[in-house]
Amino acid sequence: MIRSEILKEIAPILRDQLVVCNIGIPSQELHAIDDQPSNFYMLGTMGLASSIGFGLALVQPKPVIVIDGDGSILTNMGTLPTIANNVTDNYILMIIDNGSYGSTGDQPTYAGRKTSLAAVAEACGCENVIECRDVDTGPVLQKALDSGKMHILVVKCDSGNAKMPVITMDPVVIRDRFMKAVQA
Amino acid sequence: MQPALCMCTAARDPVYLYCYTILYPGFVIPCSFAHQLKGMSEMSIDKRIVDDLVANDISFVTTVPCKQLAGVIEEVDIRDEIFHIPSNKEDEGMGLCAGAWMGGKRPAIIMQNTAIGVTINTLATLTQYYRMPLPMLISYRGELREPVACQVEMAIHTKALLAQMNIPTYHFHKQSDVEELDMILKYTFMCNKPVAILTDANFWGGYGDQ
Repeated sequence: MIRSEILKEIAPILRDQLVVCNIGIPSQELHAIDDQPSNFYMLGTMGLASSIGFGLALVQPKPVIVIDGDGSILTNMGTLPTIANNVTDNYILMIIDNGSYGSTGDQPTYAGRKTSLAAVAEACGCENVIECRDVDTGPVLQKALDSGKMHILVVKCDSGNAKMPVITMDPVVIRDRFMKAVQA
Repeated sequence: MQPALCMCTAARDPVYLYCYTILYPGFVIPCSFAHQLKGMSEMSIDKRIVDDLVANDISFVTTVPCKQLAGVIEEVDIRDEIFHIPSNKEDEGMGLCAGAWMGGKRPAIIMQNTAIGVTINTLATLTQYYRMPLPMLISYRGELREPVACQVEMAIHTKALLAQMNIPTYHFHKQSDVEELDMILKYTFMCNKPVAILTDANFWGGYGDQ
């Protein structure tokens, strides 16, 4: 499965949750598949989805799901020790690990070669680190949500992108409706 | 070398007026009495700064270590009103602050001016693009009384970069400049912009025993 197929499958789970989605094609895919005010789309700033979602999870009680990528985690690797050492059980970091920088033309990442992000997360001190296959994403994500424990999910899947339109919504509109969804 | 008067912060502490301790070059701990006073003096400015953060309802603070800001960071850490989360890099910290603000808390970041070089993209495409407030309490290394030459290399770009980014910028050079902090914080959350507060070595009373 490629990322867009996974997003289609887990859309019913994501719909009722606060979601912070990674820059580029992942946000375009989620926006096209099931746009929700409770989705925060990153339009720039590669690497910070995990940090934005973590800041949000730390200050309010609703569950927060971050849809991140292997390339973005590699860009902001310092995020994992911060997450590990400040546990908040309403936080789920789901790393869609397709071993490539999808938005820039599927150049390979080191996560697709020798580097295991699950092993890195564990070495950083993260608990409840689960590496799973693309086809198992839905049940694994639902179980993580139901557990009420902070989780790091590494979803191994195929490289590839769906052709989706660019998000043209104004960033302040994205942010404003998201903040209203947080407060709702 | 001739002995010199101690230049520790106590010399400028209004309570103690002047430190009369003589420094002898090569002495490992030349000024223990004055250092005690210096500690008290720095405590008051650190406490003053954090009092202003708390008074402005800032309850989420991320920090990257700095020797000049060490006292403020320590004060932030002990306050019950503030959740303190150290960052590994300043752009990561700005991401945390963005999330905290969207979650309903007022954030702040404490960092060095070298971080302006690290965070230009984050400031433009996250903090400014989504129109979010972010007070940045910045140690202005490389200014007057700086002992490390390399620090000057970013200092000379700091204000130019902030100006290019249209970031409102305030420069604390004398300790009395801290009186503007409360107004600067109110201004930041009024206009929803990142705002820089540069605090130089003279403001902190010099580097003391560094």
